[in-house]
Amino acid sequence: MYRQLALLMVLLVAGAILTLAVTDMPAFGDPGAPAHRHVAPRYIEMAYRETGVPNMVTAILADYRGYDTLGELTVMFTACAAVLSVLLGRKRR
Amino acid sequence: MGIAEFLLMSLLVVLAVAAVFMRDLLAATVVFMVYSLLMAIVFTQLKAPDVALTEAAVGAGVTTLLFVIAIAKTDRREEDV
Amino acid sequence: MTTVIIRTTARILAPFIQLFGLYVIVHGPISPGGGFQGGVIVGASLILLALSYDLASAEARAGHAIRIAMDSTGSLLFAGIGLLSLLAGGVFMDYGIIPLPLPAAQVRALMILLIGMAIGVHIMALVSTLFLHMAEDHE
Repeated sequence: MYRQLALLMVLLVAGAILTLAVTDMPAFGDPGAPAHRHVAPRYIEMAYRETGVPNMVTAILADYRGYDTLGELTVMFTACAAVLSVLLGRKRR
Repeated sequence: MGIAEFLLMSLLVVLAVAAVFMRDLLAATVVFMVYSLLMAIVFTQLKAPDVALTEAAVGAGVTTLLFVIAIAKTDRREEDV
Repeated sequence: MTTVIIRTTARILAPFIQLFGLYVIVHGPISPGGGFQGGVIVGASLILLALSYDLASAEARAGHAIRIAMDSTGSLLFAGIGLLSLLAGGVFMDYGIIPLPLPAAQVRALMILLIGMAIGVHIMALVSTLFLHMAEDHE
């Protein structure tokens, strides 16, 4: 009983802290937010001029962050190979 | 936050909790699919159509199918532990 | 196994789904979407055929060897385009340096389109392969 009460208290305190933190977040689409001040302005200004691709998301995914996308593809290829080796190995036996 | 967004968000929470607590795993999978579709709508509202397309195709389509296959291969009811 | 209604609907619907998936892949640089999303959509059309007919007929349209070959081709094409810029004297994945008779920005746009298609082929093969092999025992 006391243990459950203590757990409830811990949960309430953690929830209160998280709620407080959420109210401190910048508003949606705020241009002054920290996430929008680092590299975003350069992408917005130069993405079309440098890559000739109107869709900025594709330009970043395939060009500026192409190495990340290649890694992502490698991960999925490896996962597929692992799943196939498990499933086909079971069938052969 | 408008009324529509509030309704959408509350429905998301309700669906998530329902998917966790459902005993019938097939029904839970369907509820999870509806959750993914609503999530896609939320992403569209947040002006991220790329993510919305991914969520609708992967979350609602392929993941649901893989879950259904897994249920077909194992057991439909969740056991009491 | 399934009714005529389901089979006919799936047969009529599948080409349109595939066309939409190709549209999403090819229009990736212009509109929302890209290789990943379009690849999943094209793969889903194969899954639809497998569900409405049976696994064997879907397997006949895109066999195991073909799917594995497409899977590897997609990954290798992506890495190959990256290596192409390395061979042209630039940094890995710096497509603008590839010597084509076009402005650098357009070379990069072309390579982004090619990479989108590579990802689409890869993901399409991956999704359908995962489904077909997981569902194999359950006809």
